[in-house]
Amino acid sequence: MFGLDNVDLSRIQFAYTVGIHFIFVPLTIGLALLMAIMETIYVKTGKEIYKQMVQFWAILFAMNFAMGVATGVPMEFQFGTNWSYYAHYVGDVFGSPLAIEGLMAFFLEATFIGLFFFGWNKLTKIQHATVTWLVFLGSNFSALWILVANGWMQNPVGSYFNLDTMRMEMDSFGALILNPAAQWRFLHTLTASYILGSVFVIGVSSLYLLRGKNIEFAKRSIMVAAVVGLISTIITAFAGDRQGIIVHQQQPAKMAAIEAIWDTEAYPAGVTLFALPNQEGQKNFFAVRIPAALGLLVGDEVKGVKDVIAENENRIRSGLIAYKSLNEYKADRNNTAARATFEAHVGDLGYALLLFRNLQDISQATDKDIQMAAAGTIPKVAPLFFSFRFMVGLGVLFFVFFTTTYVMMLRNTFVKSKCMQYIALWIMPLPWIAIFLGWFVAEYGRQPWVIQDILPTFRSASHLSAGTVFSSLAGFFIIYTCLVIVDAILMVRQVKKGPENSNSH
Amino acid sequence: MLDYEILRVIWWLLLGVLLIGYAIMDGFDLGVSTLLPFIAKTETEKRVLLHTIEPYWEGNQIWLVLGGGAIFAAWPAIYAVSFSGLYLALCLVLVALILRPVSFAFRNKFEDTAWKGFWSWTHFISGFLPALLTGVAVGNVIIGLPFKIDQFDLSITYHGGFFELLNPFALLCGLVSLSMIIMQGSIYTAMKTEDALHERSKVIAKYAGMVLLVLYAIGALFTAFLVKGYVITSAVITNGPSNPLYKTVEQKVGAWFHNFIDMPWTLLAPVLVILGVVFVLKFIKADKMGYAIISSSTAIFGVVATAGVIMFPFILPSSYDLASSLTVWDSSSSQLTLQIMLIVTLIFFPIVVLYTGWVFRVLRGKVNQQTVAEEEY
Repeated sequence: MFGLDNVDLSRIQFAYTVGIHFIFVPLTIGLALLMAIMETIYVKTGKEIYKQMVQFWAILFAMNFAMGVATGVPMEFQFGTNWSYYAHYVGDVFGSPLAIEGLMAFFLEATFIGLFFFGWNKLTKIQHATVTWLVFLGSNFSALWILVANGWMQNPVGSYFNLDTMRMEMDSFGALILNPAAQWRFLHTLTASYILGSVFVIGVSSLYLLRGKNIEFAKRSIMVAAVVGLISTIITAFAGDRQGIIVHQQQPAKMAAIEAIWDTEAYPAGVTLFALPNQEGQKNFFAVRIPAALGLLVGDEVKGVKDVIAENENRIRSGLIAYKSLNEYKADRNNTAARATFEAHVGDLGYALLLFRNLQDISQATDKDIQMAAAGTIPKVAPLFFSFRFMVGLGVLFFVFFTTTYVMMLRNTFVKSKCMQYIALWIMPLPWIAIFLGWFVAEYGRQPWVIQDILPTFRSASHLSAGTVFSSLAGFFIIYTCLVIVDAILMVRQVKKGPENSNSH
Repeated sequence: MLDYEILRVIWWLLLGVLLIGYAIMDGFDLGVSTLLPFIAKTETEKRVLLHTIEPYWEGNQIWLVLGGGAIFAAWPAIYAVSFSGLYLALCLVLVALILRPVSFAFRNKFEDTAWKGFWSWTHFISGFLPALLTGVAVGNVIIGLPFKIDQFDLSITYHGGFFELLNPFALLCGLVSLSMIIMQGSIYTAMKTEDALHERSKVIAKYAGMVLLVLYAIGALFTAFLVKGYVITSAVITNGPSNPLYKTVEQKVGAWFHNFIDMPWTLLAPVLVILGVVFVLKFIKADKMGYAIISSSTAIFGVVATAGVIMFPFILPSSYDLASSLTVWDSSSSQLTLQIMLIVTLIFFPIVVLYTGWVFRVLRGKVNQQTVAEEEY
């Protein structure tokens, strides 16, 4: 289908559906926190305006929550529909966090969201505020478990390959949960969502200031969001830095690509601020660098692309030994020598699977095949290099924005500054862009792996025809596009109506 | 660590609990959505009807989402085979699941007849399709799906098309499922509403119950005399590694009735269906809708349990390559994963039940025009 095979189309479908899904998720996570804080202030001070604030933001929250739910279920299903070999190969490990997410997070969130909207007259103030915090907690737990799952894809700890069942199985649940790749990613993603929610609330409120309506409502909303946003930006940066160290240790190929480092740099390595990376020539055309800065951050030498490829070539050779001895052992279960050889090389088994991209029978792989596969273990450098820098730049911008907003609110100059209000309005799309860039770096930077060092992406797809996947992709595209447009129209309409005309209880 | 065999049986039971929970809980709101265009005559009645389920449907749907997650975690092979094999059918279910949340969220945003009419029909689709297709899927599982598992890497190939899923037996199971969901939905409506809506729902509930019983009986005859069941012919190893290809299997008409003979207590499942429906009819007559919904839930329990017990230990038989059939003994996760997930379930499941019960209690009571005016947002 248009030169795309089942794997390409399934990847496009996953990227598209998760991309649409993640328009709504960070917004609802961010708004839930702000609503919970506003309602807590309402309970403490008894000022009706805070209740009005909670209820207005809740209407916008509700529409996006619905979109998040609508686009979320297909995400869970696709692991089975389009990636069934993945489901078989890692379900024993990867399935658990998804199931726990349902049990611990979704039930909490989905049960109390109903009570949140329909319980205003049936609960005491404190009870209702508790319900709001439970909704917030549910959305955060959800993020926790999905990032435990994703963290395992980046750094597959606590598991081993089982010969009998031909799949990965869990050997330590604790390692899975405490995976550093999961923990820092969780904090980074959550606080990035709080930033997005805060920028959204400040943006919409600024619109009211520009139109001279709902001044009191807007001022108080901006103040809450500015504080949350400022704290969140600092935590996001810190968690991002920690993640950088982990990527450096666990995903050298991703690190080398993000930093466009071709030749290994001894400690302390420099940071390239700007460059034009050239993948074929394995060099940068034009580079502006700060010496030693990266080395000081990661505290170690930084491996270059060339050395990573050379190492991976060895791992493919070692993986082939594992693969061949696995075949021997499966043919004769009493062959203990084959089993011992297999155990010695099993850590590189995934690298042998990379050869399946071009070969039917990988035991016949030539040196040329192996070199080609090794070169393919590095993601494209330029998109990662630029995406990462753009994301960090946006982070700095948000820090400046929240600081300025906070200071101007304290001095009561924000309300008078049309300029600042317009800025607040215009930067509203930027947190989404930053979040997408971050996910792009995380996921594209892991290619060709779906599970780092364990399972190549192209090996994990279902045996489906390209036409079948194309038809589902077209269906998703049509339905999602219509729904996103309707959601956007309804949001704009609700914002224009404003809190004073919004019917809520 | 618990014995592997026991863990597998526990997770087979938990799978049943989740499917039954889904059918009972989401059943009532799917049923209400399916009935929306037919029993609500005016816009006011439509709003009342929707208002009866709006606070609950989201929590109810989690039974399905959790069901998916639990199959992924505890029965990864079943997840992989069924989801990829039933690709287009599942995409149809997904259309319904995508339309459902937005039908609730968007319908009341414009005071326009065409707009509301459109979202009423998406409501109908989002209730009707899952109600019907879940049954069609179970029907196909009972006769076996055409898949094969590869000797070396256990990868799955599927050898069937979409339209083969619409065979007579599967369609019959679809109708069983649909009538049971309509029964549950109409009893729930009767319980939560007053006057005309209440009366109309009671009539529908009565007929749905009778239809369910008749279709269930026809399904039983089909299964006994026409459907080929499956039997393991090699030695049954209950605590071996989860590799389905270590066994051999044979197909026989009537094999799905062996469990009723070998373990007569399994007959409890059909008995519960019959008793459940009988009591549904009795309590509708007495206008005791609370008791009627308990009876209806009992009947649903019986229907889902029937599908489970007749096939045990098979969960997903293969009609294409018999040995590839997935059973309780060879398609589960590892012992450690099952044990850990059991502990997690024992901790969190009671908490879920407790707070769900509390939410239902807080929001109890009838819904009428006045409640809608007060609470709609």
